[in-house]
Amino acid sequence: MSSALDQAAIDRFNARYAACLDAGEFDAWPDFFLPDAMYKIVARENYDAGLPLCILALEGHGMLRDRVYGIKNTLYHAPYYQRHVIGTALLEHHTDGSATAEANYAVFRTRPGGISEVFNVGRYIDRFKATPEGPKLAERICVFDSEMILNSLIYPL
Amino acid sequence: MNAPHRNPENRIPEAVSRWAEPGSSRIPYWAYTDPDIYQRELQYFFYGPHWCYVGLEAEIPAFGDYRLSFVGERQVIVVRQRDGEIAVMENRCAHRGVRFCQQQRGKARSFVCPYHQWTYKLNGDLAGLPFRQGVERDGEKQGGMPADFDMKAHGLVKLRVARYGGLIFASFSDQTPSFEEYIGPAVMPWLDRIFKGRELTLLGVNRQRIPGNWKLMMENIKDPYHPGLLHTWFVTFGLWRADQRSRMVMDEHGRHAVMISQRNQGGASDVTQGVTSFKADMALNDPRLLDVVPEPWWNGPSVTMITLFPSLIIQQQVNSLSTRHIVPAGPGAFDFIWTHFGFKDDSEEMTQRRLRQANLFGPAGFVSADDGEVIELSQDGFRQRGADGSTLCELDGRDVAPTEHMVTETLIRGMYGYWRKELGL
Repeated sequence: MSSALDQAAIDRFNARYAACLDAGEFDAWPDFFLPDAMYKIVARENYDAGLPLCILALEGHGMLRDRVYGIKNTLYHAPYYQRHVIGTALLEHHTDGSATAEANYAVFRTRPGGISEVFNVGRYIDRFKATPEGPKLAERICVFDSEMILNSLIYPL
Repeated sequence: MNAPHRNPENRIPEAVSRWAEPGSSRIPYWAYTDPDIYQRELQYFFYGPHWCYVGLEAEIPAFGDYRLSFVGERQVIVVRQRDGEIAVMENRCAHRGVRFCQQQRGKARSFVCPYHQWTYKLNGDLAGLPFRQGVERDGEKQGGMPADFDMKAHGLVKLRVARYGGLIFASFSDQTPSFEEYIGPAVMPWLDRIFKGRELTLLGVNRQRIPGNWKLMMENIKDPYHPGLLHTWFVTFGLWRADQRSRMVMDEHGRHAVMISQRNQGGASDVTQGVTSFKADMALNDPRLLDVVPEPWWNGPSVTMITLFPSLIIQQQVNSLSTRHIVPAGPGAFDFIWTHFGFKDDSEEMTQRRLRQANLFGPAGFVSADDGEVIELSQDGFRQRGADGSTLCELDGRDVAPTEHMVTETLIRGMYGYWRKELGL
């Protein structure tokens, strides 16, 4: 088992991931992923039924950066704060040195001057690889239970 | 069925019934906020002589397959019969009113209300109920339903069903004309273009709750003015903008419509002058997000946005296809349910392309997330002002007529002309 992907390393990774998004530092978000990584946000309804539709399905750094550009420059929206609460990851290590993990998350949304709402609840289904810079995501699938999105989802989960 | 506005007890209170202007180019804010108006919309449009979308046939391919859906605020069960027909009935037990079916999708041989085990056939007929004949004890019959209890009169409420090109529609009213007549000859060819002779495949469903009046979403897709202004992607990449060849089509009542256009190469032109959403130097890091491949059935147009009053929008925007179902939830909110589909003969590459382009649409879409946001903010504006305000839609005049361009709000005027007339306002 690679200590680069041990429990503490993955939980620390998720804490940093949450801190990055909650601070609105979207430019740094693609760096949590390998260059050809897959990032998906998918309703549990589709995931359980084996249907491929996602609300976002981004392949690789290029698309992740396109999303960041969209958030900052093209998507008109009422701005909001995000607050991620991510549970301890359930880890499994593989002989090829990678690790898969699942961690529950809850994301709260607060519009400046408004009240806080439970915005999205689900679990991350992840594939990690060790790199010299620490763990990186080869894949993160956010499978959300809250199938009704509260109007629109602008920022990554 | 009597139109609600002919019932004097259902009249709108005088204070909100004033519609000062003639025509339909100024829409009073109360049309979006008043609870009595909303109840009348439900009765007359959603439960009245209109066809309401309830789903795709591809969602219930086999005998016994069912899904829950909505007509207005009423939940319905859409279920495939043994003979391949489709039944739609209200999810409400005839006994004590329980909304008994709680699985979004499933497979059933019958439906049983758990409260008292009343059992219904897949077509909604009452099949049986416990202790109907009473219970025998010491040779004596105890209880039971009255002798004249009629099983046939106590099934689930059944809706009429219309099937077209893999889409399923339902209606509570006996007065609803045939589907083809309902759609009308101006709009029907645009449905045929997408659906005729094709088998659909289901890609998945996305749901969003938008805190605005349901008509704002219909307006949004009858409004060719905004896409090249609000949506950076549309104006920058030439997906929808005022210098494109386009047509606005509507049915004879002004209730259904199609916005048709053909994409151009984008870039700067007269129509991007001063448009802040236009980004001259924007390029995608990954062009696969917009890897458009024309399909033979397009016959020209790269986008057709169809509004079927009151509850359905059908989208073809380049290679992305979806139905968008409007489920009203009070005057100030609606659920918006996107069902993306492809065709049975799609190659794997085409399916992948449709899924990549799905990133543009839906609640997180690069393009359409903006629409939900502005609808919420519109409703906020109506609410803060109160009953005396009105919206304005006078681009290209105050009358209602099809056009050969997109610099117009005629389709919105068309819908409110119909709405006003039918509600007797």
